[in-house]
Amino acid sequence: MTPPATTFHAPLRAGHRRSTTESPRVRRLLIGGALAFLSLFLFVPLISVFTQAFAKGIGFYFQTISDPLALSAIKLTLIAAAIAVPLNCVFGVCAAWTIAKFEFRGKNILLTLIDLPFSISPVISGLIYVLVFGAQGWLGLYRNADHPAFPWLANWLNDHDIKIIFAVPGIVLATLFVTFPFVARELIPLMQAQGRNEEEAARVLGASGWQTFWRITLPNIKWGLLYGVILCNARAMGEFGAVSVVSGKIRGQTNTIPLHIEALYDDYNFTGAFAVASLLALLALVTLGLKTWVEHKNASQKEADISP
Amino acid sequence: MATNNNTTKKIRVLPGFRLTLGFTLFYLGLIVLIPLSAVFWKTSSLSWHDFWHTVTLPAVLASYRLTFGASFCAAVVNAFFGFIVAWVLVRYQFFGKRLVDALVDLPFALPTAVAGITLASLYAKAGWIGQWLEPLGIKVANTQLGVFVALTFIGLPFIVRTVQPVLEDLNPELEEAAASLGANRWQVFWRVILPMLTPALLTGFTLAFARALGEYGSVIFIAGNIPMKTQITPVVIMGELDMFDYAKATAIAVVLLVISFVLLLGVNVLQWWTNRHDSTNLA
Repeated sequence: MTPPATTFHAPLRAGHRRSTTESPRVRRLLIGGALAFLSLFLFVPLISVFTQAFAKGIGFYFQTISDPLALSAIKLTLIAAAIAVPLNCVFGVCAAWTIAKFEFRGKNILLTLIDLPFSISPVISGLIYVLVFGAQGWLGLYRNADHPAFPWLANWLNDHDIKIIFAVPGIVLATLFVTFPFVARELIPLMQAQGRNEEEAARVLGASGWQTFWRITLPNIKWGLLYGVILCNARAMGEFGAVSVVSGKIRGQTNTIPLHIEALYDDYNFTGAFAVASLLALLALVTLGLKTWVEHKNASQKEADISP
Repeated sequence: MATNNNTTKKIRVLPGFRLTLGFTLFYLGLIVLIPLSAVFWKTSSLSWHDFWHTVTLPAVLASYRLTFGASFCAAVVNAFFGFIVAWVLVRYQFFGKRLVDALVDLPFALPTAVAGITLASLYAKAGWIGQWLEPLGIKVANTQLGVFVALTFIGLPFIVRTVQPVLEDLNPELEEAAASLGANRWQVFWRVILPMLTPALLTGFTLAFARALGEYGSVIFIAGNIPMKTQITPVVIMGELDMFDYAKATAIAVVLLVISFVLLLGVNVLQWWTNRHDSTNLA
């Protein structure tokens, strides 16, 4: 910077600053407006969940969440998430590997298809499984057909009377569907950005495919993977619309936590509904906390990658 | 194209292409595509006349109007306030900013049933917010306004999260150039900043709108689900399902599905166009 340049810029400064930021009054107005909007739609609802959950005291709260029906709902939700999250996690890693590391025709179509469950109404997500496995659906028609294509299979299905809709398998399937894209969506852009140079170097130096994946790819994507898993899990435990179509809502048997909340609410047990809802609200807060932490980790990893 | 394929084949040193692509397609087919095709299979059991009759029943038409109208209004309000929130989070410093930034995603993380009962109780006559609106003659619970409130809640993060990164990457030199050429702040915003953010805003708007169209859990508690008045389309589908009228439910679902697909296509075209636009700008 030479002195003449500074003097050249100096007269512009005053007007310049006015035009590249807003006046303090406008700033305060904008911050106030943003916070007022967020308070109305986010902060007040969040506080009210916990306030109403404890409206009848801490004893009632623990009595509600340790009720056998509540416990069975919690158990079912945990089962559904425990199946759906790992499966979609494996799928996400496979899809990201194939899309990010290789070139092939129809990649954009595949990407769009992976995103599809996000743009489908939860009610329709449940409906499609009723149409496949329900009494009037493909499976039901097959079992009741006079001349089924594979008689032994139809007999076996009839003998064992496997229930999918209005039973636990349907809930798991609906959960799988609605959480399908989460992990893949986080990993695909991440792995595309990272390219394949490191993996190729490892292969050229003699590492096997698995070694390359475990030692090179996985450490590179671990935060993105964790992020995807967190979001996937939050949705798996909180899904309401799709699950409510396939569950049949049999209390103590096919009610998940969100369905149990609905049942309590419909019984006018509002405090009970909010007590159970506070568990899911807490899960949402933990999810957001973890998400912020992972984003922070991710950013510092990126900086570490750039700085040396 | 052909030579390109050949060269990638030659230098392809990474393993697992067939395995991972195979598994991806298999799993996609099993969980998404085959079940989804059942919707179209079921619809084909209806004659065209029956299909048209079902999807244009007065109660169904009223539900489309409400679903689209409320989703659109909610997306517009979110576009406006979401933009301000993104702006404030990127450009200004204030107390609690990081907490606010993290909480913006709450509607993504909070299960819809929880959001539904919370909004319903807040806007009920005696609720925290409802008691202030009641003397003003504004009713939210069990009205179309309630549907709008719920859809605004669930669409909130979309605009913020699509505009925020673009705003962060905006080159400040462009604003400085405009300012040094004599533009005032309003002109800089209107002529320089806003045009660069328009694609992100449109993407966020479409995502929020598309999400609102299919929403179920957060709406049903606050809307009251009165036929012809406060029944959204997913609730109509649910009603048919409860009566085991699967053909009818599926017909209405197809209408909603086709609209969602068109919107998804719109978002993809928009993003493709933006990417191309950006690359030509850089070149």
